[in-house]
Amino acid sequence: MTAYLLKRLTIAIATLVLASMVVFAVLEILPGDPARLMLGMNASADQVDLLRNQMGLNAPLPWRYLHWAGGLLSLDFGRSYTYSVPVIDLVRERLAVSLPLALIALALSTIIAIPVGLFSASRRGRAGDTVAMGAAQLGVAVPNFWFALMLIYVFAVWLRLVPAGGFPGWGAGPWPALKSLLLPAVALALPQAAILARVTRSALIEVLNEDYIRTARAKGLPYRAVLWRHALRNAMIPVLTILGLQFAFLLAGTIIIENVFYLPGLGRLVFQAITQRDLIVVESVVMLLVAAVIAVNLLVDLSYAVVDPRLRSRQ
Amino acid sequence: MTLHIDIPEETFASILAKAFRNTAFVAGFVITLLVLAMAIISYVWTPYDVTKLVISDKTQAPSMAHWFGTDHFGRDILSMVMVGARNSIAVALVAVGIGMGAGVPLGAFAAARGGLVDEALMRLNDLVFAFPALLSAIMITAIFGPGAVNAIIAIGIFNIPVFARVARAGALAIWPREFILAARAAGKSSTQISIEHVLPNIATLLLVQGTIQFALGILAEAGLSYLGLGAQPPMPSWGRMLFDAQTRMVVASWMAIFPGMAIVVTVLGLNLLGDGIADILDPKSRRQR
Repeated sequence: MTAYLLKRLTIAIATLVLASMVVFAVLEILPGDPARLMLGMNASADQVDLLRNQMGLNAPLPWRYLHWAGGLLSLDFGRSYTYSVPVIDLVRERLAVSLPLALIALALSTIIAIPVGLFSASRRGRAGDTVAMGAAQLGVAVPNFWFALMLIYVFAVWLRLVPAGGFPGWGAGPWPALKSLLLPAVALALPQAAILARVTRSALIEVLNEDYIRTARAKGLPYRAVLWRHALRNAMIPVLTILGLQFAFLLAGTIIIENVFYLPGLGRLVFQAITQRDLIVVESVVMLLVAAVIAVNLLVDLSYAVVDPRLRSRQ
Repeated sequence: MTLHIDIPEETFASILAKAFRNTAFVAGFVITLLVLAMAIISYVWTPYDVTKLVISDKTQAPSMAHWFGTDHFGRDILSMVMVGARNSIAVALVAVGIGMGAGVPLGAFAAARGGLVDEALMRLNDLVFAFPALLSAIMITAIFGPGAVNAIIAIGIFNIPVFARVARAGALAIWPREFILAARAAGKSSTQISIEHVLPNIATLLLVQGTIQFALGILAEAGLSYLGLGAQPPMPSWGRMLFDAQTRMVVASWMAIFPGMAIVVTVLGLNLLGDGIADILDPKSRRQR
């Protein structure tokens, strides 16, 4: 068990270091001088050189990488070229929108998908299963940003229940803020829920064919108890794997969804930073997202051991 | 002791007969064929010219003259959806080609070699998977300039590790089999074995994954062109049409409804087709469904 954990941890750290090198290298070879970009076309060569020195852009490459990576570790991401504030402040401010959004979406998707998967698996081949899986098949095919547009049309334009976009900030109390995150979260969650429901169903059906399920039924356990206690727990590994993968999808999905709803989140920040060539912001946010994905995958690996005691005793 | 197992011979005709009894396959096949036909017909004929702006006809509701209505420039939405299909299919299909072309040899090579080569290639895979694909695609298209070609490259790159993983997993299951041993005894190299014996046996897996990635590619292309990073105007694309529709939804909801439906129907068709193929050719998955 310890060996397994150590191996996963080493791989996670190595992946993170490699990823940081890739991000640094890609943004390094890009055309365009950030100092010239900041000062504008009319700046003299001397002025540009002075600013390059101030920004540390003239230092040798490995030194700049180490400086940058060390900064990331101590949460000093540098200053944004376009906003002229420390990147960490921008990230913190934007994370207050994106993190709740992603978490609400993940929770919604799980709350919808697991019961639907259970329902379908226990009524396999019957009308309820066919309807639920038909809906899931449709849900997988719907692009989340189009779904978002339809939600805006129905709930914001037509029924006027929620705002069509924008974010009032958490300062005005949690309710207005949550209200404006509701539609984006639903738009993000439903396509993911469709995938998760399908995975839950097929994992459950595989488990329900096992001998120990028959034994549990034969000894007189009610079907519901077998389903929840025995089947669901054993079907959790593929479900957890997909949940971990979906976290990465959700993070990337926020880029489009935040643009649809004009939410001042991390996704919109990175999208604007890319188009404005604000490289320090881009590399910081990308590294943050990559680190989050790696951390979540590591957590999923660890959770296998929690869910499945057989993995704990092995090795 | 001999063990006799009757294996019914799978002829092409018997597979075909099974295919026509599979609802998912038939539905997926018909939908995919219709979308393909729509894209091909758009080369020779569309109800209206999509490059001609008729401002006097702008934002007209669906009617006999314009089945799907018109957009803010008076262009016929049905015609734009037809031409957009071309763009979506081309981008997603070439991206699948890139993924298969690079991913399958990599995966097969990793499985054939094993050991350190395998480990290194799989860790490289992990590295690519750590980058949220859409975020990286946005970076690639934003940095190298928006356009259909860069969208293809951005989506294609992230198809490579997917196919590498599927090919490797499939190949690993084939390598311990007896007929591989026989081929080795006959003196064939591992490259020859991979091409002649492993590939034909994992073709189904790759075909199913191909339809899934095709569908995902269409969704990704729509997302990129919605953000303005895909095909550029005047070439119509489904994602771009939805972007144009967003601010005009109150007065012209059809501008948002029809391009979105086109995406949903196409992706649905491909997913059904993939499910159907998996059902027909893999008895294990059929048992589970």
